[in-house]
Amino acid sequence: MNKNAKFEILRTSMAIFIAIGISLVLIILVSDAPLVALRDLFFGPLTSLRRFGNVIELTIPLIITGLAVSLIFSSGQINLSTEGAFFFGGIVAMMVALAIPMPSYIHFFAAMILAGITGAIVVTIPAYLKEKTGSSEIVSSLMLNYILFFLGSYILYYYFKDPEAGINASYLFPDTFRLSVLVPGTKIHTGLFLSLISVFLGYIFLFKTSTGYKIRMVGANKMFSKYTGMKVFKITLLSQIVGGFIAGVGGAIQLAGMYKRFNWVALPGYGWDGIIVSTLAKGNPLYVPFAAFFIAYIRTGAAIMSRGESGVPPELKAITQGVIIILIVAQQFLAKYKNKMIYKESKLEIEKAGGDQ
Amino acid sequence: MMEILNHILTPEFGYSVIRVSTPIVFGTMGAMISSRAGVFNIAIEGIMLLSALLGVLFSAVMPVWIALFLTLVVAGFVGFLLGFLSIKLKSDIFLTGIAFNMIAVGGTIFLLYLASGQKGVSTSINSKVLPRVEIPLLDKIPWIGEPLAGILSNHNILTYLSIVAVIVLYYLVYKTALGLRIRSVGENPDAAESVGINVRKTQYIALIISGVLCGFGGAFMSMGYLSWFSNNMVAGRGFIAMAANGMGGATPVGGFLVALFFGFADAMTNSLQLVTSIKIPVQLIQMLPYLATVIGLVLYNINKRRKAMRIKLMLEDKNK
Amino acid sequence: MGKDILKMEDIYLIYPNGIVANQNVNFSLKKGEIHALLGENGAGKSSLMKVLFGLEQPQEGKIILKGEEVKITSPSVAIEHSLGMVHQHFKLVPSFTVAENIVLGVEPKKRIFMDMDKAKELSLNIAKENDFHIDVEERIENLPVGIKQKVEKLKALYRGAEIFILDEPTAVLTPQETEELFNQLTLLKEKRHTILFISHKLDEIKAICDRCTILRHGKTMGTYETKDITKEEISRLMVGRDVVLEIDKTKAEPKELVLNVKNLRVKNYLSKEVVKNISFGLRAGEILGIAGVEGNGQSEIVEVITGLNKTYGGDIFIKNKDIKKFSIKNIRDLDLAHIPEDRMTYGVASDMDINSNLIPNIVDDEKYSKRGIINKGAIQEITEHMIEDFLVKCNSGAQKVQMLSGGNIQKVVVAREIYNKPKIIIANQPTRGIDVGAAQFIREKLVELRDGGSGILLVSADLNEVFELCDSIIVMHRGEIAAYFDDISKLTENELGKYMLGIEKQKDVGGVAYE
Repeated sequence: MNKNAKFEILRTSMAIFIAIGISLVLIILVSDAPLVALRDLFFGPLTSLRRFGNVIELTIPLIITGLAVSLIFSSGQINLSTEGAFFFGGIVAMMVALAIPMPSYIHFFAAMILAGITGAIVVTIPAYLKEKTGSSEIVSSLMLNYILFFLGSYILYYYFKDPEAGINASYLFPDTFRLSVLVPGTKIHTGLFLSLISVFLGYIFLFKTSTGYKIRMVGANKMFSKYTGMKVFKITLLSQIVGGFIAGVGGAIQLAGMYKRFNWVALPGYGWDGIIVSTLAKGNPLYVPFAAFFIAYIRTGAAIMSRGESGVPPELKAITQGVIIILIVAQQFLAKYKNKMIYKESKLEIEKAGGDQ
Repeated sequence: MMEILNHILTPEFGYSVIRVSTPIVFGTMGAMISSRAGVFNIAIEGIMLLSALLGVLFSAVMPVWIALFLTLVVAGFVGFLLGFLSIKLKSDIFLTGIAFNMIAVGGTIFLLYLASGQKGVSTSINSKVLPRVEIPLLDKIPWIGEPLAGILSNHNILTYLSIVAVIVLYYLVYKTALGLRIRSVGENPDAAESVGINVRKTQYIALIISGVLCGFGGAFMSMGYLSWFSNNMVAGRGFIAMAANGMGGATPVGGFLVALFFGFADAMTNSLQLVTSIKIPVQLIQMLPYLATVIGLVLYNINKRRKAMRIKLMLEDKNK
Repeated sequence: MGKDILKMEDIYLIYPNGIVANQNVNFSLKKGEIHALLGENGAGKSSLMKVLFGLEQPQEGKIILKGEEVKITSPSVAIEHSLGMVHQHFKLVPSFTVAENIVLGVEPKKRIFMDMDKAKELSLNIAKENDFHIDVEERIENLPVGIKQKVEKLKALYRGAEIFILDEPTAVLTPQETEELFNQLTLLKEKRHTILFISHKLDEIKAICDRCTILRHGKTMGTYETKDITKEEISRLMVGRDVVLEIDKTKAEPKELVLNVKNLRVKNYLSKEVVKNISFGLRAGEILGIAGVEGNGQSEIVEVITGLNKTYGGDIFIKNKDIKKFSIKNIRDLDLAHIPEDRMTYGVASDMDINSNLIPNIVDDEKYSKRGIINKGAIQEITEHMIEDFLVKCNSGAQKVQMLSGGNIQKVVVAREIYNKPKIIIANQPTRGIDVGAAQFIREKLVELRDGGSGILLVSADLNEVFELCDSIIVMHRGEIAAYFDDISKLTENELGKYMLGIEKQKDVGGVAYE
């Protein structure tokens, strides 16, 4: 392993430690029973099968959106429409689930593919507008999320709302659409496999295919990519399409795995979580499951902590996560140490080279 | 159709346009001043949300003006912090801003819970609102006095302050030395540096001003627009403000007008929901401001590109 | 002429990437003189000026101003010490008016507001005093280059500058504007201002400068009274070769024409014609040099041949195919390789590993990716060979490019471009700023390719390189071909220097195509 990779690992772990440190301080400050709070936060998820199940259930969508964001960001686009793609993927999956009867397996599969296609279209829009009109993909993707949310809600309330459900929710999904439970006693569903397969395929795509290689190149240096003859716009769009597809699929998997009916009355937020997961995983699909598990774990822990007697609200997790991101993207965080390392390395190299000039 | 017009052509509608525009105007001004210095404040949404909560929390235990002041201090500090991370620690300002927004969403709920034991809404906190101000004598003007007063008078003081902010910023940006420096730093930092201007310091100042303006916008949300804090109550207004700034060409007056337009779309959303003769689905109406933003942004940029192209062609012609 | 107003002693500047820009440079200015600083690109002139203006901190050396040692840590300190710089790339804010640009940083105030009227008045006064005619309310973006330069000078005057540094001021001016500039400079000199004039153009230096200092490869070659030195001597001092490293090279055996450029015209982004109707051809089996001081159209020629710029007049044929409608990829598919001038922007993705930087041209070949899946073994094999063959000093191909030294980064670029022995190679400053060992290695590789039947177009400002490598040569001056020699051995350094600096020009050298 080279020094740079070592340094990045060190930096990431430092960021996590500092963030956890800050959480500890906050817990101690606010809680009447800090020890209980800490126990719940760190070990709570391990205390019962159901709780650990919660961790895995949450890991699944985080893996998928983390992967989607990694792919979308890989070509250098700061496109935030994963959230909208995930939500609207769910809407499309719901439509297929409720409107078109199909046999088992095929039903879910068809819904998933259509959700994926929808996601791909959604995520491509901001990148396309950026290239063709120069509109900031950040702003247009954010607006797109709201548009999709209201459009989705309209579809839900006007065409699929079950008046007998008592809440704002769709009719019950047919069994042909639902994913089966993997571990009895939890809600862990076969979507776990699908998410891990996606990670594997995503990794292959990004790191083992020539297209993935080109996408990473475009993300690293557009001018260089152009100079080597790559079709930069086409390659950029491709990364958005693949990432968007996965985000849309994620919406379908989440619905079919965790819900009896569609009842998202707000954007579920997994798209934003995907940014955290992807940042933590340094954009590498292979690290995404670990990052997703870590985030899911502290979240579940935070939820258990808040239900307990400690009186610490679960939103503590947002602070922890935000601090982690800030520290990871702060290039100069520990930079002095890194510079020293680079200096040592290049000096060594010059010595090896014979020290000319 | 007539019914829609009946809703719009009322002083009440004009009043509500101004009212709902206020936070967007503040946010737009915050976006304007930072983008003028070449730093993109994407944390507007988060700073507004945090300020909304702080306004409630502070005003519960102290006089409302001091509460407002403290809120603004914190908001300015968050602007500074964003500067510190992006300018000093060389973070990606977008990802950092996104992280700020995330912390704000969760952090406000956390803080609210700590302060009141409530989650989501701050109704149990006995917070104060900022006063409304009546414009004297306005309704005495013959003919137009009554409706004019209906539109312009009796707004929250922060609404008037938002208009004052636009004017002040206009003077700050175009008529003061600091404004000149901020603009030079944003447009050509090399030029600024070559005459000895401290580029970083200028960007810090712009971000702090930006933070304070967002602080006003947030405080208005919970101490004027509503009298309580609720979970995620800024609801994308910070992002809309960023778009409004882009469409307004990063000018105070341009941004203000676009912000008013978004306010109009927002007020329309509220009014259309009251229309009974034509049943327009409420979700589609709620979608309008956001859709308008995207369309506006795209049209603005297409236009900008065309203009740039025309200038280029003109130059080429001249050269021939 | 007065006594020394400014002295720079033993300046030693090394950049973090290991490039030595100035070695023991000594230099002094007398009050009231116009002093020329001469040298090729990369000779260290700009670096020295950056030191003087506080933009770079030298590792060693002293700056003595009016008899006292000063530490110039930033441009504002330089301004305080009455130094004023007119940069080659103007440091002006385009949307601001002339007056706003002049007063920026030291604005006159009226209570809290800026006093715009005062600013206009002050700007106008300073312009009048110095006999500049200028509308101070016009916006910079609407002004021609010559006037922009005047604004730069006014900026310096407004700040009370006594010593002016002008960085290649005539490079962007028309002859008329140049004349006006000289009048102004003479006027400034009469007012006992001191002027440091950086240029390549010997006529100009002879015309207005009192003394000149010549830099070469980061070292001072001496200071002379301009009236006592001939243009020929100056050019020899500027471009002379220090060390002659011989490369074993046989006489070229040129074959068929592989690149044919006809009546090429290119405009730069300011719509100024920088390549003016030139024609030439490159044959397989030869190295054709394009020599010239930088900025005389060479880079623009490379950009259109390699497809980076698609707007040009005239025709370019590669292997008899008109490339007007060809994309960069299409052009590369004609077996053309490009070693770019700007290594860090176009040459590498420095955030990526060495292997990734070696393969973009071959990744789509069937041997290296089947049905889109990269064949890791084959790639590992070829990149190992590349690293080995090109002596890239690294721990492994998985190391990031940014961890390498300049010379090794360039070896990565060259390895990628020429490993597969392309038929046509466009090499733009292939050894600039890298250590002698790496440079020599790259040059040998190029000769090897020529012997294998490749046609190589070598753009270089380094005369060592030109003489060592080229078989035939084109000399560019102000966008035109100043000279062409089919056999470089008939050319001496002095002659080449004269053509490069515009002292001489061949007549009727437009058509060099071998048809």
